Amino acid sequence: MVGVAVNPVNVAYLVTGVLFILGLRYLSSPRTAVLGNRIAAVGMLVAIIAVLTQGIVGWPIVALGIVIGAVIGIYSGRVVKMTAMPQMVALFNGAGGGAAALVAAGELLKRVNAGASLTFDVTFTIMLTSVIGALSFAGSIIAFLKLQEVMTGRPITYPGQQIVNALILLLALTGAGFVIANVNILTWYWIALGAALILGVLFVLPIGGADMPVVISLLNSFTGLAAAATGFVLQNNVLIIAGALVGASGTLLTLLMGKAMNRSITNVLFGAFGAVKEGGPAASSTAGQNVRSVAADDVAALCAYANVVIVVPGYGMAVAQAQHSVRELADQLEKRGVEVKYAIHPVAGRMPGHMNVLLAEANVPYTALYDMDDINPEFERTDVALVIGANDVTNPAARSDKSSPIYGMPILDVDKAANIIVLKRSMKPGFAGIDNPLYDDPKTALLFGDAKKSIDAVISAVKAL
Amino acid sequence: MSEALFNELTVFVLALFIGVEVISKVPTTLHTPLMSATNAIHGIVLVGAILVAGTSDAPFNAVVGVILVILASLNVFGGFTVTERMLEMFKPRAAVIKKDSP
Repeated sequence: MVGVAVNPVNVAYLVTGVLFILGLRYLSSPRTAVLGNRIAAVGMLVAIIAVLTQGIVGWPIVALGIVIGAVIGIYSGRVVKMTAMPQMVALFNGAGGGAAALVAAGELLKRVNAGASLTFDVTFTIMLTSVIGALSFAGSIIAFLKLQEVMTGRPITYPGQQIVNALILLLALTGAGFVIANVNILTWYWIALGAALILGVLFVLPIGGADMPVVISLLNSFTGLAAAATGFVLQNNVLIIAGALVGASGTLLTLLMGKAMNRSITNVLFGAFGAVKEGGPAASSTAGQNVRSVAADDVAALCAYANVVIVVPGYGMAVAQAQHSVRELADQLEKRGVEVKYAIHPVAGRMPGHMNVLLAEANVPYTALYDMDDINPEFERTDVALVIGANDVTNPAARSDKSSPIYGMPILDVDKAANIIVLKRSMKPGFAGIDNPLYDDPKTALLFGDAKKSIDAVISAVKAL
Repeated sequence: MSEALFNELTVFVLALFIGVEVISKVPTTLHTPLMSATNAIHGIVLVGAILVAGTSDAPFNAVVGVILVILASLNVFGGFTVTERMLEMFKPRAAVIKKDSP
């Protein structure tokens, strides 16, 4: 048989691609997910070892870079609180996007320095990588700052925002066009890169609060596409395959969340949800006039003598770090024979599946967590719905009030439960600034205060019963 | 467009389909670890970073080169560490009970 010389490095890359796909495949069940992550990590290791055989001479640079990155990455990944996970993911995502853009910039400089001719293939893929990578880098940094509450998490808007964004996008595309046409390559390259960075900042600014999961997921998809584009630049299949997998995953998650909110992705990105009515209706409306507040003792008695209690967690639970207390309360109730279930709205929290991770951290078995469609029919048979720091995802106005900004969004049907207890810090409206008629429902009682302290008070009261 | 680029595009499109196929089987419960795992996987740009910063015709000075490799390496190691931590917490009811009882 006539042998064709196969580059062992490309074989290694193929192995990596296969391991990534298998790893993601194993992520589809909680039982095998840890294994899946490790398989993917082994794939990564294979690719890194393979690339190190590729005529590397700058060992100090490579070694120093990998070691510093690994130390910071592993350390921060270990110590970060589960509640701070969304911003951590955003930060790592930004690092990847920035790296992709820099790789493309380096390739361009390399070729310009060497006086090589720049074909369409080269310039087009370099511009694609640079613009998407820079956008993802800057956008992720802003998302990080928002989630870390270094800057306000609310949407930041100003008149003509979308026109400004469109002009900057146009500038980035013009720059890319000139680079591709081989006109003043480096000047136009830096202009395009700068424009992409600014655009990244400006495009995340008007998005806030409950829309953050969508943005995080979208930025993840961007970095994936940037990685794939880097693969086109370097003619490297493993980057293309890995980038495509991430791009597909991010896009799919983004669309799923859009669907869960009954909003299009364009509406999420450009709608500046919640900013529209800022400062307006809360003061003038009648909402909050007839709310009934209760004490922890009453909540304890109500829950302890119930048959079924459904816990509805939201971002407020994450903020108060109340997940451990929630679980302890569930333990106390289960000891008394109360059935406790958790209702998870697809967009509760600040990243997809945020509540699932937090409750898992508190050792709540994932079998007790129910998706919206599975749990909604159960509320009718439920004695107590315990809403902890969730607001808009329980708002019945989404079903009935056509004028409500969240009209049409699928919600958890907590209002169908026999009793509704809402744990809230104050009567301030939720992120979206929308009144929640649930609070005026005669079946609803509010327990004011920090979610963790409130639940701890309920736990002591249950124990004392 | 050259044939080489078109071949790469073919690989890209097919990988997209595999991605959609594989990802759509992941349940909502695991969406956060999934995002975090894919986040780690795009750390594959580390391969590109090493190729650009470490070869003899490296276009950057040492500082930019190191920063580039740090960014990509941060993405890889941080991404997999965080994912591992998240996934370790997911336990079925039986395992939770076993762990808690002395």
